Amino acid sequence: MALLQISEPGESTAPHQHRNSIGIDLGTTNSLVATVRSGEVVCLADEDGRSLLPSVVHFGATGTVVGSQALELQSSDPLNTISSIKRMMGRGREDVSQLGNVVPYEFVVSAGSKVPRIHTRSGDFSAVEISAEILKALHDRAVQSTGGDIDGVVITVPAYFDDAQRQATRDAATLTGLNLFRLLNEPTAAAVAYGLDQNADGLIAVYDLGGGTFDISILRLNQGVFEVLATGGDSSLGGDDMDHALGEWIIEQGNFGDINTGLARRILLAARNAKEVLTDTNSAEIVIEHEQQRWQGRIDRDQFEALIQPLLKKTLTACRRALRDAGISKHDIGEVVMVGGSTRVPLVQAMVGEFFTREPMCDLDPDQVVAMGAAIQADILAGNKPENDMLLLDVLPLSLGIETMGGLSEKIIQRNSSIPVTRAQEFTTFKDGQTAMSIHVVQGERELVSDCRSLAHFELRGFPPMNAGAARIRVTYQVDADGLMSVSAEELTSGVTADIIVKPSYGLTDVEIESMLRASMDHAREDIILRLLKEQQVEASRVIEAIDAALAQDGETLLSESEIAQIREHRDALEAVIDTASVEELKRLIKAIEDASEAYVARRMNASVKQALAGKQIDEVDV
Amino acid sequence: MAIHLTDIAASRVQHFLASRGKGIGLRLGIKTTGCSGLAYVIEFVDELQEDDEVFETKGVKVVVDKKSLVFLDGTEVDFAKVGLNEGFQFTNPNAKDACGCGESFTV
Repeated sequence: MALLQISEPGESTAPHQHRNSIGIDLGTTNSLVATVRSGEVVCLADEDGRSLLPSVVHFGATGTVVGSQALELQSSDPLNTISSIKRMMGRGREDVSQLGNVVPYEFVVSAGSKVPRIHTRSGDFSAVEISAEILKALHDRAVQSTGGDIDGVVITVPAYFDDAQRQATRDAATLTGLNLFRLLNEPTAAAVAYGLDQNADGLIAVYDLGGGTFDISILRLNQGVFEVLATGGDSSLGGDDMDHALGEWIIEQGNFGDINTGLARRILLAARNAKEVLTDTNSAEIVIEHEQQRWQGRIDRDQFEALIQPLLKKTLTACRRALRDAGISKHDIGEVVMVGGSTRVPLVQAMVGEFFTREPMCDLDPDQVVAMGAAIQADILAGNKPENDMLLLDVLPLSLGIETMGGLSEKIIQRNSSIPVTRAQEFTTFKDGQTAMSIHVVQGERELVSDCRSLAHFELRGFPPMNAGAARIRVTYQVDADGLMSVSAEELTSGVTADIIVKPSYGLTDVEIESMLRASMDHAREDIILRLLKEQQVEASRVIEAIDAALAQDGETLLSESEIAQIREHRDALEAVIDTASVEELKRLIKAIEDASEAYVARRMNASVKQALAGKQIDEVDV
Repeated sequence: MAIHLTDIAASRVQHFLASRGKGIGLRLGIKTTGCSGLAYVIEFVDELQEDDEVFETKGVKVVVDKKSLVFLDGTEVDFAKVGLNEGFQFTNPNAKDACGCGESFTV
């Protein structure tokens, strides 16, 4: 018997056509999957009612397990139990060799591959493949929980993820067979979960303190578009550090003597427990029993808060830095959103509230809020919401252009265009008989290609030879919702096409984008002057090109020797200074050639008209 | 003419309406589509249509258009959990034959 969900008015679907969609928070420590059911966002739980799936994959002798079962096997079989794989997404061998000191895994890099793989008893796996195992487990849970196929998924990524890391996440989704609607920045997802996208424009700080990582993101909401102004944080600071601080306190109090691994784990577990108890009460009892030792103690909230205060101060330093990077004051922040299980600690809420001088938003479960935002976005993208609901958009940080003659960048998509976006522009050939065109895709605000960032080169080949300026080449730039760009070129009269896919923001950090923007403003004036000069130089070489072609064709039949010499003289004068003359000088010389060849142009016209009319009766000619 | 909600169905509907934050009730209906003739419609209601009938049952306003009511009279709507999945279920005395999935039926 089918289990039906309540739809929005008028949005009921035909049987078996339900548009099930899910949002996935693919986390470093834990992952979650959420969906919108009967208008309500819910994180989907497993059979035991747990919605958090530990992001751990165990490759066992009898098969692969994911989640808590895998986590339990971590200490007994560390080399075949992979955790924190997110830290390795989109990383090359150099990056991973640094990680090699931190994680116990055995990395292998096969010849001809840039992707490092982790050696396990079941084979060698890349970060993408291991992430795909986690996605598969979440997807299976979603299929069981919704009783049907999943049409699409939104997966969240940290705002600071570069393009390689984003692409790796996409690849993991593809490998799992998921239809990825889009990737969504984690802080944006959190803001969406709180419905801030429906709010008035403003600045939002997202404070994300997880188990092992801290991220602060400053977002600007402008007409339904979230723009990440700055990110910051600490990739090794989180709730686990609170447990350690409390654990050290316990060791100090307990006089345990030698501490072996088993005892250390006991103590950390007790510390975590006490931390959680202190969220709701003012004091917690701690009992450590291990082998022959037994210690019992009590800690009150003030003592605990004194222990973790230095850690939290570090997070506020990162907040201050992010605000400075964004160029705003903390008083400009309209809303503060709390994400991550560690923000349950009352002192965290108090200190963050005091820092931003406003009550942080923490009504929703901070572990689930990112997945919930992703699910809301997925629901909209699946088409389950009436059309007037806003679709969340991102903007392009830098303009995308094409190199034209003279090394100039012609911008096809302007910066701050909201994506997805498609823009096309027509170009033509420069030389007679040209049958190919090289297309150079560049990024940046500067006028000269040499000052922009080169993204891709490709060639459109094999269109029929035509006179210069006769070919019509339409170049289309398209950027999808994830910022992935495809460029296609088509010669319209012959239908010859070529295309390429590029990643515009590959490896670009916010700081680099910022400095590229600043450079374009600093150099605005000289860039324009340079552009005008380059344009005039291109015009000059076009004129020389045209004169040479004409003279070679019919110069001797239409002109006297002295006339040819005169035109040549002007042509050579222009060619001699083409790289050194000023804009005005070039204009003057071009004009001189045009004047000198005025009679020639007229005679050529007559000749071609005569040729066209030769042997025809007057009534055969279309007038 | 009547339509029944089980206690759990009524309380889930109230919960979903509250979490949605708007809406005056629950629309139940049928439409002619699907693999076996007719399909159930279950939607939130923001505004009433002209030919709507409204029942109040267990604190929930159930809205049914007159045409659908002919085929839904006597139907009981339950809320069930099967494994990890959960949702609303229709038991309709008018249905002679349902497709295997229970989403559509004939009368």
